[in-house]
Amino acid sequence: MSILVVMEQRAGAWNRMSFETLAAARQFARELDTTASAAVLGHSIGPLAAELAPKHLEKVYAVEHTRLQDYTPDAYTIALRQLLELAQPSIVLFPQTYQVRDFLPKLAASLGKVAVSDAISHRVEDGQLVLVRQLFQGKVNVDSRFAGDAPHFASLQAGAYPPDQPAAPAPEGAAHPSSAVEKFAPRISPGDIRTRPLEPFRESQHLVDLGAAEIIVSVGRGIKDAGNIPLIEKLTQALGAELGASRPICDAGWLPNERQVGSSGQTVAPKMYMAIGISGAIQHLVGMKASRTIVAINRDPDAPIFEVADYGIAGDLFQVVPALVEALQRSK
Amino acid sequence: MKIVVAIKQVPSRDSELRIASSGKWIEEADFAYEINEPDAYALEAGLRLKESYGGEVVALCAGPPRVTQTIREALAKGADRGIHIELEDEDHAALDSLATARLLAAVLRGEAPDLVLTGLQSDDLGYGQTGPILAELLGLPHATIVMHVEKQAGGIRVKRELEGGWFQHVDMPLPALLTIQSGIDKLRYATLMGIKKAKSKEVRRVTAADLGVAGPEGVPAASVTVDRLYFPQRIKRAQLFEGDPQQAAARLVEKLRFEARVI
Repeated sequence: MSILVVMEQRAGAWNRMSFETLAAARQFARELDTTASAAVLGHSIGPLAAELAPKHLEKVYAVEHTRLQDYTPDAYTIALRQLLELAQPSIVLFPQTYQVRDFLPKLAASLGKVAVSDAISHRVEDGQLVLVRQLFQGKVNVDSRFAGDAPHFASLQAGAYPPDQPAAPAPEGAAHPSSAVEKFAPRISPGDIRTRPLEPFRESQHLVDLGAAEIIVSVGRGIKDAGNIPLIEKLTQALGAELGASRPICDAGWLPNERQVGSSGQTVAPKMYMAIGISGAIQHLVGMKASRTIVAINRDPDAPIFEVADYGIAGDLFQVVPALVEALQRSK
Repeated sequence: MKIVVAIKQVPSRDSELRIASSGKWIEEADFAYEINEPDAYALEAGLRLKESYGGEVVALCAGPPRVTQTIREALAKGADRGIHIELEDEDHAALDSLATARLLAAVLRGEAPDLVLTGLQSDDLGYGQTGPILAELLGLPHATIVMHVEKQAGGIRVKRELEGGWFQHVDMPLPALLTIQSGIDKLRYATLMGIKKAKSKEVRRVTAADLGVAGPEGVPAASVTVDRLYFPQRIKRAQLFEGDPQQAAARLVEKLRFEARVI
């Protein structure tokens, strides 16, 4: 039994979520009494792979090919299948990124498997790994186990595991104080790749820099209608705050995309973050949970947003927000 | 362009869920079902493509008899015909994404569409895998989290969403499979005329046995097993102020000023 973690990079820069998965892989390996290795795919990724050498891994695979320069699901699937044959891991772990969502199901299906996608935690029971996933948009949890022959596949939700610390001390009696980087050149023919990706781009010309704001007030589905946004703007004025939003608000066109906070928008960590009418889907939480003080106003006292908030008012935002504006003005 | 949209029926979002006594699934009896919201966007994208380029939209859905309602709604919105893969209640609860995709793929091989569309993920299981698995089973190129589709010489150009506000165009030949990002278009409502027309549209019913994807030979061993379902323990760390909005607001402002010192 061994664990392989597939790290993600784009144009020579790590996707930081990879380090959460790396830390999880090492933890799984410890608890299952086995070893962890890591792989990174791309072109000219030697320096990135070398950064993983001091991570107390059994092996680091640098999977190198010119046809891996730009991500395609075809090339990644082909390269990883060849790597799995070589490395023979029992469990293959991925960060649940948009890219992983694109190729992991295909890779697993090509081997007759289903990946346990978006796992949030784990435990080891009788030497077996039990992974916890969320069903019904976080309302229900499910414990899952792998069955049948290796390799088994899983991806981990953003924020589920704290990221690996670059200078983590070697565990007592670690067998692999620093690991050798092994170069692997998969065979990929031009005909294997059926899609042609073009250069990534950003859409907004004038990006609202939410990252620079000291106070952000964000609004979500609970606002019900675009016509109610001025109510929130009164609060942003009273607080001297920047206005943010959860995804549904931007999708509906009620606020421009550049105000979106979350995994598909901006990641922010202001002095104070106030979430109004936002239930707290994980995609939103990953974009704001590092804020120093979090305040939530939501009708549902069981909403997940109250799990990350420091202060909360469980109530109707259409009553609470005007009351809050008044209280702020009074206390000036 | 011949388009098949794979849709799923799920419990409506505000359902009060209860865990079944087996612990392996939820109690299915007593709530309303609706189209999986991400699939509603895939259907919308399919209907818009048909309006731009002509052709046919077929709604494909696997599930117990109750999913007929969801197929009818798709027909009322403008899909030309439906295909219902009939499953028993127990069967469908036990199916993982790969098993479901095998059923869908068996139908899709016969239909041979130019484009297969589906939602990003389901609101119930949330695996987010059926689309790319289908592409693999059918040998089709694919793209996920697609915001826009445009025909061009030799195939299509799609706009994919990447993380952190980045996007990317991808060119690919047809036939292909796409998973559609939610929220990209405004969803249409069924018109009265549409509902009337839907009644005369064809819904073909097939079973797993018809498709040769039934029994121990057709269904390979699952690679993931379910131990049990349960409600998560909520760990609330917020200091919650409830009751009268004026008082709650005043207490919050006091805390923010003197305890958190952020205003």
